[in-house]
Amino acid sequence: MYGNIKYWVWLSSLVGIPLGKRLKLLEYFQDPALLWEANEAQLRTLGFCTQKIIKWLLDKDARNDVDKLMERIYQCDADIIALNDSAYPIALKYIHDPPIVLYSRGKLEQDAICVAVVGSRRASAYGLDMAKRISRELAIYSVTIVSGMARGVDSKAHYGALEGKGKTIAVLGCGVDIAYPPENRDLMKKIIESGAVISEYLPGTQPLPYHFPARNRIISGLSRGVVIVEAGEKSGSLITTDFALEQGREVFAIPGNINSANSVGTNKLIKDGAKVITNTGDILDELKINHDLDYSFRINNRIREMKLSGNEKTIAERLLNGPVHIDAIARDCAISTQLVSSVLIMLELSGFVEQLPGKYFKLLE
Amino acid sequence: MTMEEGSECMYSKIMGCGLLGIDGFMVEVETDIGNGIPSFDIVGLGDTAIREAKERVRSAVKNSGFDFPIRRITMNLAPANLKKEGSSFDLSIALGILASTGVINQAILRQALFIGELSLDGKVKSVIGALPIAICARQNDIKYLFLPEANAKEASVVKGVNIIAVSNLKQTVEAINGEAEIMPVKPSDDYLKPEYIRYDTDFADVKGQENVKRALEVAASGGHNCIMLGSPGCGKTMLARRLPTILPSMTFEEALEVTKIHSIAGILPAGMPLVNTRPFRSPHHTISDTGLVGGGSMPKPGEISLAHCGVLFLDELPEFSKKSLEVLRQPLEDGIITISRVNATLTYPARTMLICAANPCKCGKFLDSSGQCTCTPRQIQQYLGKLSGPLIDRMDIHIDVAAVKYKELDSATSADTSAVIRARVENARQLQLERYKGMRIYSNSQLQPAMFDKFCRLDAKCRNILRSAFDKLGLSARAHSRIIKVARTIADMEGSTDIGQVHLAEAIQYRSMDRKVWNM
Repeated sequence: MYGNIKYWVWLSSLVGIPLGKRLKLLEYFQDPALLWEANEAQLRTLGFCTQKIIKWLLDKDARNDVDKLMERIYQCDADIIALNDSAYPIALKYIHDPPIVLYSRGKLEQDAICVAVVGSRRASAYGLDMAKRISRELAIYSVTIVSGMARGVDSKAHYGALEGKGKTIAVLGCGVDIAYPPENRDLMKKIIESGAVISEYLPGTQPLPYHFPARNRIISGLSRGVVIVEAGEKSGSLITTDFALEQGREVFAIPGNINSANSVGTNKLIKDGAKVITNTGDILDELKINHDLDYSFRINNRIREMKLSGNEKTIAERLLNGPVHIDAIARDCAISTQLVSSVLIMLELSGFVEQLPGKYFKLLE
Repeated sequence: MTMEEGSECMYSKIMGCGLLGIDGFMVEVETDIGNGIPSFDIVGLGDTAIREAKERVRSAVKNSGFDFPIRRITMNLAPANLKKEGSSFDLSIALGILASTGVINQAILRQALFIGELSLDGKVKSVIGALPIAICARQNDIKYLFLPEANAKEASVVKGVNIIAVSNLKQTVEAINGEAEIMPVKPSDDYLKPEYIRYDTDFADVKGQENVKRALEVAASGGHNCIMLGSPGCGKTMLARRLPTILPSMTFEEALEVTKIHSIAGILPAGMPLVNTRPFRSPHHTISDTGLVGGGSMPKPGEISLAHCGVLFLDELPEFSKKSLEVLRQPLEDGIITISRVNATLTYPARTMLICAANPCKCGKFLDSSGQCTCTPRQIQQYLGKLSGPLIDRMDIHIDVAAVKYKELDSATSADTSAVIRARVENARQLQLERYKGMRIYSNSQLQPAMFDKFCRLDAKCRNILRSAFDKLGLSARAHSRIIKVARTIADMEGSTDIGQVHLAEAIQYRSMDRKVWNM
């Protein structure tokens, strides 16, 4: 009743057979419908099918379950994008081990320019800030931000892209109907609205630990380059870098304090030859995208645009070089603490300034 | 003296004083000496200390050179339905016996009140609660209050009663009989004069932290409760300790009340009869509920009452047990704590400013500029979640305290002294007292939302700011009335009758814990 697509879903549900073997079968039969029809003798003559694989392929239960699976996929409003589908992202199609089927919620563009921004789940404030800033600035230049929706850097990358009114893709290690980690439920909703949440796992699949390394190959596979924001010595983001290199993608690393445990991985990448990123323009240059990313120039423009004057202008100018503590603002601008306090709230309400934890303030673009 | 001579005055009555909560109550010590098998009984709900008084009195009377009657002695402490405690009745019991045997002249006894503990050799030793007893004496038109020398200074704060300090039983008897003259203790100086008021700490000691100091000044000006969040060692405790120094000077009534409580708790400092500085209490987080609000089988005031008219500081707030924080709620709201026991219901005053301090997250480094916090958002939420709840709802002001950099510690910029800040705070409080005259509230922190229309009108611009603050910053609903109250205080600090945009904006700054900013 679902046409040809149901055979693709069936093949992607046979997780007992290694992906490599399934791809090989697909190469031989071209169409999963033909594989469905194949009998034991036919399979045996192929030469690479073990008894176990044949048993899986002929398994009655798996065949009977397909309709139920289809039902579930439609219920959570996910698109099924098969490897031979014209909507299948081109970059991903030509990696060594592409997912047989992508389940996608939202709108997955086939030929968007994507950059992955990934990093530690337990990042420092610096890492979080960088992830958000770089993603936002890339998004402004129509680069789609790909990340894994994990805690820390990944989430910030998505938020940054949303803030820059750009597109973003989250690649999950579980079914696309499951919000993991749970606090990202709202974020997931927003990503679906502005981009896509995708996964190679069937809806309903739980986030098992070994799913995540495998999903990292999709993150890098979709992208032209991978930005590692912060990574500890044994961070999962380093797996993504390995995939990126294997797939011939650019690896960008953001340098960190050499004493910071959070930056050991990224600093080592730089030592090993990754491209050092000190501003978003570096990435755009590499992708051959024209830009005019001069921070202070644009901020000054904004100050003029917003017609700030008096104390507001003085305070805004003090914030030009990054976050400043409220006491330092008051001291350096020679304005009373109470007045600084109230001006900052007004600037914050007009969307010009952001308050960071601990009464630090920074300019927004 | 023979028994026949004494037989005409076998009954006597002497005034003593008991303690109930922080107030004294008059006790009539009646003595009757009659014929029968020799015995010595004291009735009237005395505790063990009073039962044992018999032995002390017997020895003290003998060792002071008087006869102790070998007859049937019955004493009654009236009113007989109230429990009496402690050793302060010793002196009145001894004098009761001496009055019944005719040793002392009864004429003066009607206008006199006696308290003191006796030692076996007849010396009069100090007792607790001399101040409430002196106040009770004044209220009951007692002319002479006889008490131990050690307590004289404490009681001399009360005017209108002649305080007679005695050192032993013999001297007391001589004084009553007019055989020796003891001059009443000179009424004490006015300890509320500025030259007597001394705090060990001063706001001028604090370098940097300007925005925290400002927030604390706002809190002091409106009597607002506040919570400080900051990494360990950033100076939360140091700042809180200095808060009492900028609160308005105490009035005589406040000082008396505080001294009474401290006198009952037995923590009055030596050499200072009146507590003239606002108390600062900082109980450890392992404290029991009883320790916090008062109680016990022999009820004692708890930390919240000891902090009456001053500051109660709860450091490491999340470490306090949930239940102890729960019991704090009602007294914080009512300003009194009522303790009911089988024998009596006691009420202790508990009007205090509550200051709490907490780390912002488990590792404590969340608010640090160093950015080394390794807590996950979930952990941070969990940690702050522990803080949320009824007590946090009562916090008007949230203060983020960042660690001071060495550069600032080193800088020579001079800060305002506590005295300068206190003068400003007193001005703001004065405005509030005048505005709320006759309404039974004394500061902006006590404003009820129903009164906002009258005292906290916001113009259209202010309402817009407030609305966009709620939209943009994701403030929670409970922030609304807190912001308006604090804005009222900030306006008062500038002497402005209306709440302006600047005032409102600053008040919004003090709601950092309500923001969604932290939900990363």
